[in-house]
Amino acid sequence: MSEVILKIENVSKQYRLGQVGTGTISHDLNRWWAKIRGKEDPFLKIGETNDRSKKGDSEYVWALQNINFEVDRGEVLGIIGKNGAGKSTLLKILSRVTSPTTGSIKTKGRIASLLEVGTGFHPEMTGRENIYLNGAILGMTKKEITSKIDEIIEFSGCERYIDTPVKRYSSGMMVRLAFAVAAHLDPEILVVDEVLAVGDAEFQKKAIGKMKDISKQSGRTVLFVSHNMAAVESLCTRVISMRNGTVLSSGNPTKIISEYLQDSSFSERKVKFESISDAIGNANIRIMYASIENASATDKDSVIDVTSTIDFRMKIVNLTNKETISIGYDLLTIKGDVVFGSGNKFNCTIGGVTEVSCQIPSNFLNDDIYQIFVYFHTNDMADLYSNTELLTFEVKDIKRESGYLGKINGIIRPQLPWFLNGKKV
Amino acid sequence: MQGNNDDEWLFEISSKKGLFELDYKELWHYKDLLFLFVKRDIVTFYKQTILGPIWFIIQPLITSFIQFVIFSRISNIPSDGVPYFLFVLAGNVLWFYFSDCFKSTSEVFKANQNLFGKVYFPRLIMPLAIVFSNLVKFGIQFVFFLGVLFYCMYNGYNVSPNLYTLYTPILLFVMILLALGLGMIITSMTTKYRDLTFVISFGISLYMYITPIVYPTSLALEKLPESLHYLVYLNPLTSIFDFFKYAYLGSGKLDFFGVLYSFIFSVVIFFAGVFVFNRTEKNFIDVI
Repeated sequence: MSEVILKIENVSKQYRLGQVGTGTISHDLNRWWAKIRGKEDPFLKIGETNDRSKKGDSEYVWALQNINFEVDRGEVLGIIGKNGAGKSTLLKILSRVTSPTTGSIKTKGRIASLLEVGTGFHPEMTGRENIYLNGAILGMTKKEITSKIDEIIEFSGCERYIDTPVKRYSSGMMVRLAFAVAAHLDPEILVVDEVLAVGDAEFQKKAIGKMKDISKQSGRTVLFVSHNMAAVESLCTRVISMRNGTVLSSGNPTKIISEYLQDSSFSERKVKFESISDAIGNANIRIMYASIENASATDKDSVIDVTSTIDFRMKIVNLTNKETISIGYDLLTIKGDVVFGSGNKFNCTIGGVTEVSCQIPSNFLNDDIYQIFVYFHTNDMADLYSNTELLTFEVKDIKRESGYLGKINGIIRPQLPWFLNGKKV
Repeated sequence: MQGNNDDEWLFEISSKKGLFELDYKELWHYKDLLFLFVKRDIVTFYKQTILGPIWFIIQPLITSFIQFVIFSRISNIPSDGVPYFLFVLAGNVLWFYFSDCFKSTSEVFKANQNLFGKVYFPRLIMPLAIVFSNLVKFGIQFVFFLGVLFYCMYNGYNVSPNLYTLYTPILLFVMILLALGLGMIITSMTTKYRDLTFVISFGISLYMYITPIVYPTSLALEKLPESLHYLVYLNPLTSIFDFFKYAYLGSGKLDFFGVLYSFIFSVVIFFAGVFVFNRTEKNFIDVI
């Protein structure tokens, strides 16, 4: 039953950078003149790939470039990519807020997009009035809403406040209400953009469950855009990864997500040098090799999950005249908080390569970016060498099983024993 | 949905679009939204106020009173023999409707960019909602006007409403077309270049003086040389206002030809408005 419900053909979108001002009008006149003579738009030929961090020459950028893909009925398609990859632009075009510069999108069903928090909500009106208004904005008729209003109110969990103006609502309640309306929309295609970030664990579980229901039971299609890999992986049947306005790859969620993470992590997990003279260090110590490895996986370079055991490995050359060296390191979060420090004394052959390693247990570090600050001392605590940013690595939270999808608080995230009526669970 | 056929697409999103393409079926599908927008505008207008809808009446009441003091008492402007306050109130009630519709429509894209930037619905719903919610306001003001009118008749003033009042819906319709058309043109033209908004803000108050509200058309014709009389009738609102005043007050004279001109003028403006509005709505969010 793989019927194509949405077909995206050669979609591109060009944006003009800078401000609208007197300069713009000459371009507009140029474009208009070309159009009158039946020529092609002169500014469509130029334009650069949308790379935010690099300074470009052209005033025009392509936010999307030749996007092609198809979506089958009943599919839950995840769209991932860094900020500026074009995800939101694509969704804007899909929800008909703006039109593509070239190309076309064909669809067999009504597309409804989940509004961002509270857009279309009127603060002065009550929750109930806003359900009607929001539902109608999303394309429902009054009759449809009336038939579902009890369900919507119940799903939102805002019964108590339903006849209070929404300006008195918390932001979480607004999202609940907005999502509740959209979830009961019955569109053939539902577009959800990064909405689960707000809301508590219970509601997220409900929302994810509802989205699964929508696709599985009623065979509807969901396009889900998120930076939350745990949510994408648990929900989607297929994932598209975007970069700089193009589709990078598409396919099995687990595969695409791990490729994406590998690609996008901040890590500098390995340093390696061929000769002692190139190696980092000083006259006392040289570090020939240092790495952070995922000890739980067969591929040691693969993405580190919170459940992975981590190996910190170093190969050092001792250039001092004493064999005993004290080696230690501090593990810092990217914000600079020290998570812990650890060290030991080693006998290192003078002039030869010594390998040391330290294991960080699984289920210990939280979802964050960490840095290794390494230091070397003599036996009597005289400084030999230190390096503040030897390695940087990221711990991701991919395989989370609980329904909650937000980041769990804390610098560390140990798995602690819990007891129920005295028995360990 | 229909579409067992594999090639049968419900709709297509692309950069092209017909010029006057109006999807009536789609508009009809969103009729409830139109209704809810109207309800929103009306309900939220007087939320957290004590006087509520009475505010709708205070506006023309005070305006007309001030104009009565300035133009009738101080400047001695005639009013074709009817009480000046009633004369100017008739003009104001019509004018407020026109100017409110026009002003709100001319800001549709800018005022709703947040909503329009998030979700699609036929954008034309917005101007239509403006027309209808202002119609409710107009209704309240109109009833107030009728009250003053009956009071004047009861007290023996020289006012004589006649059967031409039955044409009121047509007059309103022509005004709606004109206000929508002009408003849609302005809002489309100001998405990218805001210059025109400055013209509008003072232009609308100037337009009020070109339209026979505080003075009768007869006075304008009397003071202007014969060769410039056509200028008075060039304004499509002139004959509408004259007709309205003739119908309800029995003042001035009837000009069917003028109303026909206004009608044609308004229809042309309206379609021009739909045309530019349609062209703008697709991409305005990128430049606004």
